[in-house]
Parts: sequence; structure tokens; C-alpha cells
Amino acid sequence: MDKNSNQDPDFNNGMEPVAPDMTPDPINREHSEADTEVSSVDNSEDISGMDAIINEFIVESYENLDQLDQDLVGLEQNPGEQSILGSIFRTIHTIKGTCGFIGFSKLESVAHVGENLLSKLRDGEIDLTPSITSGLLAMVDAIRQMLSCIEENQTEGDVDYSELIETLTTLLKGGEAPSAAVTAPSVESSEEMAPTAEVEPPAQVLVSENKSDQETLSAEPVESNAGVEKKQESRGMADTNIRVDVNLLDQLMNLVGELVLARNQILQFNTQGQDATFTATTQHLNLVTTELQEGVMKTRMQPIGNVWSKFPRVVRDLATSCGKKIRLEMEGKETELDKTLIEAIKDPLTHIVRNSADHGIEGPEERKAAGKNEEGVLKLRAFHEGGQVNIEIIDDGGGIDPEKIKQKALEKNVITQDQAARMGERELVNLIFAPGFSTAAKVTNVSGRGVGMDVVKTNIEKIGGTVDIQSKHKEGTTLKIKIPLTLAIIPALTVTTGGDRYAIPQVNLLELVLLEGEQAVKSVEFIQGAPVYRLRGNLLPLIYLNEELKVKKKEDNDKVNIVVLQADERQFGLVVEEVRDTEEIVVKPLSHQLKGISAFSGATIMGDGKVALILDVMGLAQSARVVNQTRERARLESSEKGGETATDKQTLLIFGLGENGRMAIPLSMVARLEEFKRADIEMSGEQEVVQYRGEIMPLISLSEILLGDKGSIDKETLQAIVYTQNGKSVALVADKILDIVDESITIERGSNRKGTLGTVVVQNLVTDLLDAEAIVREKDPTFFDNQPLAAV
Amino acid sequence: MVENKQFCTFYLGNLFFGVEVENVQEVFKYQEMTRVPLAPSVVRGLINLRGQIITAIDLRARLGMEELPEGQMPMNVVVRTEEGVVSLLVDEIADVLEVSEENFERPPDTIDEITRELVLGVYKLDNKLLLILDTQKTVRMGPGVGAVSVAGEI
Repeated sequence: MDKNSNQDPDFNNGMEPVAPDMTPDPINREHSEADTEVSSVDNSEDISGMDAIINEFIVESYENLDQLDQDLVGLEQNPGEQSILGSIFRTIHTIKGTCGFIGFSKLESVAHVGENLLSKLRDGEIDLTPSITSGLLAMVDAIRQMLSCIEENQTEGDVDYSELIETLTTLLKGGEAPSAAVTAPSVESSEEMAPTAEVEPPAQVLVSENKSDQETLSAEPVESNAGVEKKQESRGMADTNIRVDVNLLDQLMNLVGELVLARNQILQFNTQGQDATFTATTQHLNLVTTELQEGVMKTRMQPIGNVWSKFPRVVRDLATSCGKKIRLEMEGKETELDKTLIEAIKDPLTHIVRNSADHGIEGPEERKAAGKNEEGVLKLRAFHEGGQVNIEIIDDGGGIDPEKIKQKALEKNVITQDQAARMGERELVNLIFAPGFSTAAKVTNVSGRGVGMDVVKTNIEKIGGTVDIQSKHKEGTTLKIKIPLTLAIIPALTVTTGGDRYAIPQVNLLELVLLEGEQAVKSVEFIQGAPVYRLRGNLLPLIYLNEELKVKKKEDNDKVNIVVLQADERQFGLVVEEVRDTEEIVVKPLSHQLKGISAFSGATIMGDGKVALILDVMGLAQSARVVNQTRERARLESSEKGGETATDKQTLLIFGLGENGRMAIPLSMVARLEEFKRADIEMSGEQEVVQYRGEIMPLISLSEILLGDKGSIDKETLQAIVYTQNGKSVALVADKILDIVDESITIERGSNRKGTLGTVVVQNLVTDLLDAEAIVREKDPTFFDNQPLAAV
Repeated sequence: MVENKQFCTFYLGNLFFGVEVENVQEVFKYQEMTRVPLAPSVVRGLINLRGQIITAIDLRARLGMEELPEGQMPMNVVVRTEEGVVSLLVDEIADVLEVSEENFERPPDTIDEITRELVLGVYKLDNKLLLILDTQKTVRMGPGVGAVSVAGEI
């Protein structure tokens, strides 16, 4: 065990080098905290967890303080600058908030009075005077001083700041500070300010403080040499970490990706060659590359605790404001994931936690009545499993009442009666992720922040994750989020169809089923032409990859290879010709020309140096209608689901054409309504086009096709109905958008007018039903066609 | 003073084309590529160019010309564009030519519409005409581009 020999720290360092850990903790906090801080950390649930929070707090605060110095001086030069004031206010507010939570009351009180002063400044109640600036700078110095004490020994130090607080309070009341504090009207640097504000010179304080501190420490056996780190180094913690530009890390990651590819290629060569030295070298290269890849990936890894650290406060505040008792438990906060992913899950997670605390957990009385402990438990769990990070948010609150959800969903037209009747409890609960659905019965100040659960879901899916909710009414709710560790290099399964290889991200993969011989013929059944397979008693819809991609099958064989995939809660089987092996692939984006194809999410280079496309499982499922169309459309569609059956109500978009022509198109077929300026319209050949969402979209004038005149296309602004099929969009230009109506319609078939499906009566007026597809084909017969089948 | 410009030239059928040398990253002979189902038909496939995946565009198809005769392999002219690096498949690569600006002329209105749209201008050389391709426009996949139905034989 290390003696606390502060005379010669280097000696100790030499004897016991600090392991090159990613996050070394130079100070043995557990002891010092346990010995000196217990009283102030009242709800210390977990000391080492606390420790991490304090570390983060200190590093963050130092950065903030540096900024603060600049801001304050800048503010003095431009006293009216609201943005600087705002920034200063936020910084102090953050410090105050965090240290209040950690339990540094003295620091909090100083920051608090500073914050008050700043808020008055910000609101323009008082004007900035040099003495106020001086006071604020003195406050910054005091905070800095306490931080360094905290960093060294977990206490705020025993300097008395009451005078400073008094000074600031006087300033707050609009009075002038005691003369001592205003002697230096123009402050050049913060160092000068500290003494003027009558805070004791920091150096002195530190020394005395350190002495007493070291006595305490030396009385205790200290396990590591870290505790004797030179006390003069006020930033011991910051010194062991360096901040690296994320762009640099991204660049490194890309390079490693290249290296992995090159390695894969060389490895394949090696299987052919016999040269022993070459084999040995390749193996070495293989090893080093793998380690390098891991290392670089690790640099981007951050513990999920970084996000969670904010939650104790969030939950506490929520609990207080709602009059609830909530205990927050965190498990696996050291679980690491890629920085970009951390950033991406921050908001969704916060929202879920807020939701759970606000809507999930009941008030104490209600809980008591339900026979539960008054104190609700909100548990966060994170762990690695199968190359993915699992995050669970579990509460033992009231759970979700499927009936309530059903009512709400019907009310909001998210589902139809018919669908509701068919939906199971689980499906109903999952409706909270449906667009336009909010479970909050009343808008509290907690909810209604503009992020619904649908956004949560979309955000998680954006990073290749999934979210699932399980809820038992009256017992609680569990939200499970699964996200990949990293996005750049992923394991993938290689399959072939039509002689080409495709990679399927393993994340989406559930299992593989091979049907041979008679089985292959018998086991695939059809429901109205749609192939299904009974997988352990459940019907699994099948999609044939070659059909989806419109490529010719290479050969007919009697085997059916089913890759069981998961997309958005639904499972489906992808029938491929061959299943090859799994491989780590480096995901490369597709070029601009191919961005619109929803079946592919990217491309990669395989071991043999050839390119393979990465299948977008979600996109495939959507285009094959295993799951609903894109969320955006789902929103529109949701209000109109009933159109499936002829008698149900259908939502129609009514628009005008020509003099008094009335036409309708089912809203479900409308991707969006847009207005284009005449000036935005360009020509491509004879075709009017408009640049739209990074794509070029042709404009088709409905009046030109249906009435034979150019009509509205020469107007200043054009009303366009964006119609999308097979990932391609066209803008159908109408003369006037009239209305959106819910109507039970029966189509009078037999219309022989081109471009119409028939005539319906809407709002007691005869209206033609537009056949959008026919219109587009009229203009360009091949528009929606995909690449013609290439002979293999 | 009249400035001279350098063009990387190539043939498409009997047409003689050039692209500004600054925009050309490299040229290389035919390489096997991965076809992209569902892609516009002018996209012939994806090529691995030293770890970079680039899209190959069939310039004949893009210009509405007929396919290269069976058995003849196109060559790649890799150009840098605003939309990234793209390979243009051409029949045959010719020299880098330096031409004088005074021989430049706008494309005549009588030539085929797609060609006129994608050609910036014409240089009158001694024995032939050099058509300058607008690479930016060429690689931009507007509507209808994919609809030019040319059976992609890969």
C-alpha cells in the first residue's frame, strides 16, 4: 500500500506507474469523500457514481469559468450585450444547479447570489457598473477557488465567503459595494480582482487548507499514489485528459475503416498464397488492425453515465414539482457507446425519463391506495448484449392503460374502430409512438415540450436503434431501447440474389431458415397471392429479394433460404438465393444519384475488393408494405386508414381544375402539399422541374393533361400535390386546393376520361377521382419503372 | 491575350468529347462493377476505387445514344463534381488537348436536345469538333434521366 508521502510524489509515481487507463482518477476520492463529505452528500446513493459526477462537474465548470472571465470582461466593454449576459447567466445557473445537487452548499450559495444579480442585470432591472463587474469577477474567483479545493479533497474549503455574498447582495439591492470592492473599476484580469473583493488571497488559503487536508489524509491509509498529487496543480484532473476535436476522431475512424478493408482484402489473398512469411505478416497485420480498430473506437466511446448524470436532478425536480416521491436507480452507467450515439440519445432519453416521472409514477396517495410503496422507483439500466447497447427505463408506476390509449387513438384518428378491435394490448401500448399521439391527459409544465414519443422513436431509429415498450396496467412500464455500439463498422450477413451480393446489418437479423426439398414447396403458403411461412406457429410474411430489387433469379433451385428480419416491431422473411457468411463491414454512403433508393442504406467493399450494397431492412419492409409507409405518410394515412374498405370513410383532398372542375385524390396518396414559386421552376428538356428536398422533381400540370391547356403552370405561385411512388416524386400542379373532407364514397366506375378513376359525389358535388399514376404515365410512361431487368 | 484550356478527351461513338482537365481525377480501363438494382438506368454500377466507392454513369445512356456494341468494354473517366466523385463510362480515351479559346463556340441549336443540354460548347479543331461536356449537369440525376430505357448489361 502506498504511503502518503507527499514530500516526494515522483518517487511514488516511479514505483507505481498509473495504468494507462482511459479515465484515470488521480485522486482517491472514495476515502476523502467518505471521510469529509458524508455530511454534505446526504443522499449519496453510490459514492463512485457521485465521484464521476463530481469529476465531470469540475472539468465542465473550469471550462465554463474560463469562458466566464472572457464574457465578463467583454460585457464590461459592451454593457448592453444581452447574448453575453445570457451566456454568463446560464453558466452560473448551471454551476449553481449542479453543485446544489451534489451538495456543495457553500458554492451553491455564492453562485446563487451571483445568479440573482445576473438575472437582474439580464432583465435590465439594474445597470452594469464597474463595481458589479468587479463583484461578479470576485464571485468567479471564489468559485474557482472552491472548485480547486473540491478537486483536491472533496470539500469546499473553509474560507468564509459571507463577505463576498454580502457585497453581492448589496449590489443586488442596487447599492454600491463596500469601498474595498470597488477600488478597481477597470479590471484587467481576474487575479487582480480576488483580493479587491476581499476574498483572501487564494494561494494562501490553499496552502493552509492543504495542510490541514494532508493531515487528515495521512492519518488515513490511502490506496493509490494519486492522493499525493502536487497540490499546486489545481487541475490535476484536467491534465490527465485531453480534449480532441471530434472531427479528428471521425477522420481517424475513416482511416481505420480503410485499413480494415485493406486488411480484409489481404487476408483473402493470403488464403491463396503459401508463403510462410507472408502468412505471418498478414496475421500480424490482422491483429494490429483489429486492435487499432478497437482502440480508435474506444476513443469515441463514452459511458452512458455522461447522459444519465443529469437525470438525478431532473427526476428530483420533477418529483418535487409534482409532489411525488421518486427514487432513481441507475445500473450500468459505465456502459459505453459511441459519442455520436450518446449525443443522439440524449434528448430521447431525457424525454422518456421525464415522461416516466411525470406520467408514469403516481402520486404517493395513489400509490398507497394501490398497495405500493409511496416512493416510486425509476430505474435506468444499460448493458451490452449481442453487439448492441440495451437501455431500459423501468418504472413501477401506473403503467399504460390500453383502453385509454385506444380511446385516445380513436379520438385522434390514429386508428380506425376496425383496427382498434383487432389490436392486441401490446400493439395498443405501442401506439404511443404513433405520430400525433400524446398520452398526457393534461398539459403539464413538464410535458408538452414539443417532443412526442414519435419523435423519440424516430430519433432512435435514425441511429439504427429500436425502441419497444412493455406496460402492465397499474404495475409499471418498461421501455427498452436497443442501439448499435457504433455506426461506422458493423457486422453484417452476406446474402446473394440474382448473382449479386448484398449485406444485411446483423442488427436486423433474427434467424435463418432453410427449407429444402418437399418442404420448400409445401411450407410456403399463400394468402391472396402473398407468400407466408409458418414460423413456429406464427405467420411470417415473405418478401422475395429478387422481386423487390427487380432482378432475375439466377437459377431455380429447390431451396428456400429465409432470412428472418425485424423491422419496426414486425418480423418478415426475406427470401434470398444464398446465405453466405458474416463479416465486419465498413459502411459507406451511397452517391447522390442513388440516394433515393430506399432499399439500400449504403454500400461496402467486400473482402475480394468488390462493392456490395447494404440492404436497408426498414426500407425494404416499407416498400414491400410489411410495415407502413414512411412516418410522414403514416401521419397522413393515419387519418384515413378506413379507406381500405369501400364503405368506410375516406379522407379526400379536393382541388379545383379549370373553370369549375372539381377533382379529388385520396389523401393517403398525397405525400405533401407544396407551393412553388414560378421563379423556382426550371426546365429539363421540355419538362418543367423544381428542385425539391435535394432532388429534382418534375412538375406535371393536371390541366394540361386533363383539359389540354397549360392553365395554372403559368401562374406566379403553383399549388402542387406531391405524389410519390417507388421513391420517386412528381408534383401534380392543381389550379386550386379546395378542401380536405372525410366522406364515404362509392366510386362510379366506368369513367372513360383519361386520368380519372371515376366519379364520386363529395359534399353533394360531382367530383372526379384522380388517377395519379395514370397521369404520370401519360406524361412519361416509364417514370415509375425501375431499371429494366438486367440479364445475368 | 487568349487563354488556352486543357481538356481530357474521349470518344463516344463518332463524337469527340472533352472535359476540363482540372475536373478529371483519373482515367482507367474497364473494371468489373456492382450493379445497383432499382437505380436509374444510366447508373451502370458501383466501382471500388482504392477503397472509395464511386458510381459509374453510362455516358452513352445519359446522352440517349445507343449501347456500346457487344464485346466492347467502356473505359472510366473519373470526374470530380459537386455531387462527389463519379465515373463516366466512355468508349475510348484520347489525349489531353490544349485548345485555344478563340475556337470556341456555343453549341448549335440543331443538335439533339439532351446533348445540347449537356454540352457547354464546341471547339473547332482542324479535322473535327470537340464537344465540351458539362460534368455537373451530366451527373445530376434529374427526373426522366432514369427513364431513358437502356437495358443495362452488366
